[in-house]
Amino acid sequence: MKAKTVETTYREALREALREALREDERVFLMGEDVGSYGGCFAVSLGLLEEFGPERIRDTPLSESAFVGAGIGAAIQGMRPIVEVMTVNFSLLALDQIMNNAASLLHMSGGQYDVPVVIRMTTGAGRQLAAQHSHSLEGWYAHIPGLRIVTPATLEDARGMLATALRDPDPVLIFEHGSLYNLKGKLRADAGAVDIDHAAVRRPGDDVTLIAYGGMLARTLEAAEALDAEGMSAEVVDLRTLRPLDDATIIGSVRRTHRAVVVDEGWRSGSLSAEIVARIQEQAFYDLDGPVERVCSAEVPMPYAQQLEAAALPQVDSIVAAARRTKG
Amino acid sequence: MTADPLDLLGTMLLIRRFEERCAELYSNGQIRGFLHLYVGEEAVATGICAELTETDSVVSTYREHGHALARGVPLESLMAEMFGKVSGCSRGRGGSMHLFDRSRRFAGGNAVVAGGLPLALGLALGDAMQGRPAVTACFFGDGAMAEGEFHEVLNLAVLWRLPLLLCCENNLYAMGTAIAKEHGRTELALRAASYGATAWPVDGMDAIAVNRAAAQAVDEIRGGSGPVFLELQTYRFRAHSMYDPDRYRTKDEVARWRERDPIELLAARLRADGSLDDDALAATDARVTAQVAAAIEQAERGEEEAVAELTRFVYSESSTAAGSVR
Repeated sequence: MKAKTVETTYREALREALREALREDERVFLMGEDVGSYGGCFAVSLGLLEEFGPERIRDTPLSESAFVGAGIGAAIQGMRPIVEVMTVNFSLLALDQIMNNAASLLHMSGGQYDVPVVIRMTTGAGRQLAAQHSHSLEGWYAHIPGLRIVTPATLEDARGMLATALRDPDPVLIFEHGSLYNLKGKLRADAGAVDIDHAAVRRPGDDVTLIAYGGMLARTLEAAEALDAEGMSAEVVDLRTLRPLDDATIIGSVRRTHRAVVVDEGWRSGSLSAEIVARIQEQAFYDLDGPVERVCSAEVPMPYAQQLEAAALPQVDSIVAAARRTKG
Repeated sequence: MTADPLDLLGTMLLIRRFEERCAELYSNGQIRGFLHLYVGEEAVATGICAELTETDSVVSTYREHGHALARGVPLESLMAEMFGKVSGCSRGRGGSMHLFDRSRRFAGGNAVVAGGLPLALGLALGDAMQGRPAVTACFFGDGAMAEGEFHEVLNLAVLWRLPLLLCCENNLYAMGTAIAKEHGRTELALRAASYGATAWPVDGMDAIAVNRAAAQAVDEIRGGSGPVFLELQTYRFRAHSMYDPDRYRTKDEVARWRERDPIELLAARLRADGSLDDDALAATDARVTAQVAAAIEQAERGEEEAVAELTRFVYSESSTAAGSVR
């Protein structure tokens, strides 16, 4: 029997996940700039203030460090805070709290302080928002031991990652790509918590592994279709969780296809894509039939003009070209 | 309620003797890292912590031995941490700047100036949201008031009327920078009051004055006043850290402040009112000195954490991510 499905969007799936979390656990609350009366900068929390009240849908002043730190402290004190930061660029104002407190307290205290906080933020480009609202810095956060970094790219993950993140005893950062909020599709009516440990093979293939996450998944799947048309069968791996990386799925796929392309909206130098390439050569060097390729954003602060922004980002064509290069 | 002055004296002496021995151990190379001594400021931690209950929380700085001892963190576990031993209060992972004791709600030394304030705000928020009558005391220095985090936190604490006791230890120097060179206006309590918090300056060399101020502040906070800010005017007698050659202040200035040594000050007062004599003081001193000596012996004998345990506590033991650390 086919499971019942509903038409929804990425935004609605995120909202439903928030609503469920708030209903199921009275320790859960949402805090951030304009999450209440405004309904969320990207309308994710629209309507939740009316349903749950201002104590639990808590508008904050523009004080990223204070309210992110407050989320960390409240988590230690027994609450299950969900902190929303408008964009990843603004999260840099709270980096001290994320790095020096959330990620460090457990180790620094010799195992005494778990920090079960969830921090959500928007990431990525594609909306002509220029250099202070468009970067993909999730790779920086993935550098930090003690954090778990997840990047929902599908409706199922938008709906299901929050619940699992809230059950995690450690800090979890959820990166929502700004171009995905309007993503429409069908979701199982009974969709709920999903695993946040494993990468997923979104499209099976034999000749090359395309590794992507978040906002890059859709165009990577599109590139895979284009490659198929020219006789190259591409497997697409959605990383889903950037820290800890699921080496088994990545390496398992590369061992089958013998070729790999990493698609990362972050910058190239010192990046997550570099880490993945390094792991592939460490663990699958003798399985490779060609150089591992990367498609990253151009190393410029994101420009405003449409053609410049498009040129700065990985595109279907550049992913296809990279896949071809792996054949030599 | 205020504390028994004899108890305040005993705690201050314990802190003083603990740190004097730490300085010795450091000079001998037996303990390492940074060592920021609190000598001269003991009345502050002592007077404040005496007014806190078990369910209250404390957030401290990198100059935190005094706060930890006044909070009742066992001397043995603190000294073991100084030695980096597994029996240390942070299992040897924190050292002098990161002392933690969850069972006593001592949420650590934060070594980023002002970095403990947002955390303390969250502890207070967590208590308030769960309807607990607890207070969170957060210690920080005059230097922290130049950081944005201080202003963000005070504004939010007032806005949300959170049970936060802000203890500003104004020792007149942000490391080596004199207060007049770091703040446009140096009336710190006045500035805090401008945010809407109840705030007043206190003689931080007078343990009884600090204790009375703390009692009043804690009462107000438990009564729902929101945050209270105390500017505790104090002075550190020793250099910023063991690396500091102390070039930025005169010997005369230090000597003048030493005349107001908080331990001497309280002892003189208690002698004057007949509640302390030389024998009793000597006995207290001997007792805490012996306690510190015993803690050092115990710490020296303590076991080191196995290197195989290096990657523990990066993720919680119950997390599926725990195995990913290498």
